[in-house]
Amino acid sequence: MHSLPNIPLASAPAVELKGISRHFGSHTVLQNISIAIPRGQLFGLLGPSGSGKTTLIKLMTGIDRADEGTVAMLGEPMPQLKMLQAFGYMAQADALYAELTGKQNLAFFGAMFGLKGTILQARIQRVAKLVDLTDHLNKQTSAYSGGMKRRLSLAVALLHEPQLLVLDEPTVGIDPVLRQSIWKELSALSKQGVTIIVTTHVMDEAEKCDRLGLIRGGKLIAVDTPKGIMEQSGSTTIEEAFIAFGQAGGEEA
Amino acid sequence: MRIKALAIRIIHQFIKDKRTLALLFLAPLLVLSLMKLVFDGQAVSPAIGTVDIPPTLIEKMEQLHADVTVFANANDAQSALGSGDLDAILQLDASQPKLMLEGSDPSLNRAVLLLLQNAFQNGAASTAPTITYLHGGPDMAAFDSFGPVLIGFFSFFFVFLLAGVSFLRERTSGTLERLLATPIRRSEIVAGYLAGFGIFTLVQASLIAWFSVDVLGLYMAGSIGYMLIINLLLSLTALTLGTLLSSFASSEFQIIQFIPLVIVPQAFFSGLFNLDAMNPWLQKLSLIMPLYYGADAMQGIMIRGEGWLDFQKNVYVLIGFSLLFAILNVLALKKHRRM
Ligand SMILES: Nc1ncnc2c1ncn2[C@@H]1O[C@H](COP(=O)(O)OP(=O)(O)OP(=O)(O)O)[C@@H](O)[C@H]1O
Ligand SMILES: [Mg+2]
Repeated sequence: MHSLPNIPLASAPAVELKGISRHFGSHTVLQNISIAIPRGQLFGLLGPSGSGKTTLIKLMTGIDRADEGTVAMLGEPMPQLKMLQAFGYMAQADALYAELTGKQNLAFFGAMFGLKGTILQARIQRVAKLVDLTDHLNKQTSAYSGGMKRRLSLAVALLHEPQLLVLDEPTVGIDPVLRQSIWKELSALSKQGVTIIVTTHVMDEAEKCDRLGLIRGGKLIAVDTPKGIMEQSGSTTIEEAFIAFGQAGGEEA
Repeated sequence: MRIKALAIRIIHQFIKDKRTLALLFLAPLLVLSLMKLVFDGQAVSPAIGTVDIPPTLIEKMEQLHADVTVFANANDAQSALGSGDLDAILQLDASQPKLMLEGSDPSLNRAVLLLLQNAFQNGAASTAPTITYLHGGPDMAAFDSFGPVLIGFFSFFFVFLLAGVSFLRERTSGTLERLLATPIRRSEIVAGYLAGFGIFTLVQASLIAWFSVDVLGLYMAGSIGYMLIINLLLSLTALTLGTLLSSFASSEFQIIQFIPLVIVPQAFFSGLFNLDAMNPWLQKLSLIMPLYYGADAMQGIMIRGEGWLDFQKNVYVLIGFSLLFAILNVLALKKHRRM
């Protein structure tokens, strides 16, 4: 695992948000969100399109800044330049250089995290195998299919073996077989102590998370284990629970 | 090390993009060649009609490449002028030469006036002054005098465009956001871009310098090494200005919109046109234009054969512009990540 120097609180949550609000002009996108995600947890953020998932995880990473409230990552107040080494981020859009090959993309982002030489080459092979792209590493990314780009994007986030992974809809456009193997890998990483925060629309993926946050209209309407969420709403599936919470949340707002 | 990786990435991207590479390297050569063909072609032969002009003078005019037609009376000449067959009529009216110009093409007017001036001078050989030149010479064509400005202009223009579009792509494709989610410093991004593009601008500057001197045969009194330095500095200024302004554009089309705002005014103030008729206060505007300094140095080196001491001020100003734009770039990136 990548170890970070002088992280003071080994017991501090991986991510802690306190009273976060974010406005774009007069439009309030996130409203008074507080949440703590302990280390090693596989945390799922579930919510309809436009509910503010992407905005929320960008605030966690320090890429974007909250208008109100504080963010701390691994006990450190955010945003901070050195904390950018601590997490791997996969954006909702495949941010790849189309003119470069898969390997060149990986090598470039690896260098940004200070990887070089044989270690970099070994990591590239490892993550490529993980996302099943080994045979396509020397192909230009513009010739990749949508799912292949998504997988390469995921590989970039895994490359420097961060202790925190922030993944924005990582499995969109990936076939069920590969999706399953990716989730298997995420679970394995999580067991090794890596904290994973993932946004999703897919209900069966939500069930695989240790804990879920339901977000709707910029408000966090429930945070619990998948089982706890189903029990709270008296439903038998996450999907039903989500709809039930959504209606309750809707009436409130 | 991050800077190196970023520079290598830009080189990889460029090599894959053959058309852009061609634009950077071949377009300036093409345009310069065209300019040379237009401005350096055959001397124009104005068509002049004469009425009652002594044959000695006609002979002189023909020696100076005038296309002379002799008319028996003024009316025939007038109608030829009206139908566009003639550019001017020269006639003796009470032993006083009178010239009537067709007038719609200023460059032809000038050609006729110049030709007649020379013809009259040569006619009275004893009073004709001997002409000497401080710079250039009688064989120096118009292109030789503004060629140096054009060389600077095209280096500036194409690098500005490419750097602006590349940096914009980085932003619109989401890769800038991802790049900024890595521990790279904002200053490292700017330095990486400078290094990566710097290599291509160096190649471009050398290519343009070689082509214009050795192939186009532009008048060259100074050192080609100095010319390269100026060209390179101009390109770096264009690079930093292009990336800076791309922060204020949200599409490739908006980058194009900067051309009339940023590039064209610089062309006007850089010595292509004589600014003496302009209000002195407006003339001072040229002091804020990088191309003015580049073009001034380029003309000094190529036409007047200036050495380092003569043009060094321009070098410092260009370095200053590049540094200023680079720093502003680092600050502009704050918009995307504050640390
Ligand atoms: N830069 C921005 N400027 C203005 N509004 C924005 C901006 N970014 C996001 N929004 C608004 O914030 C809201 C939440 O957007 P966000 O991208 O966080 O949604 P999301 O939950 O990730 O949706 P999806 O599931 O479709 O990805 C939307 O209404 C969106 O229009
Ligand atoms: Mg989103």
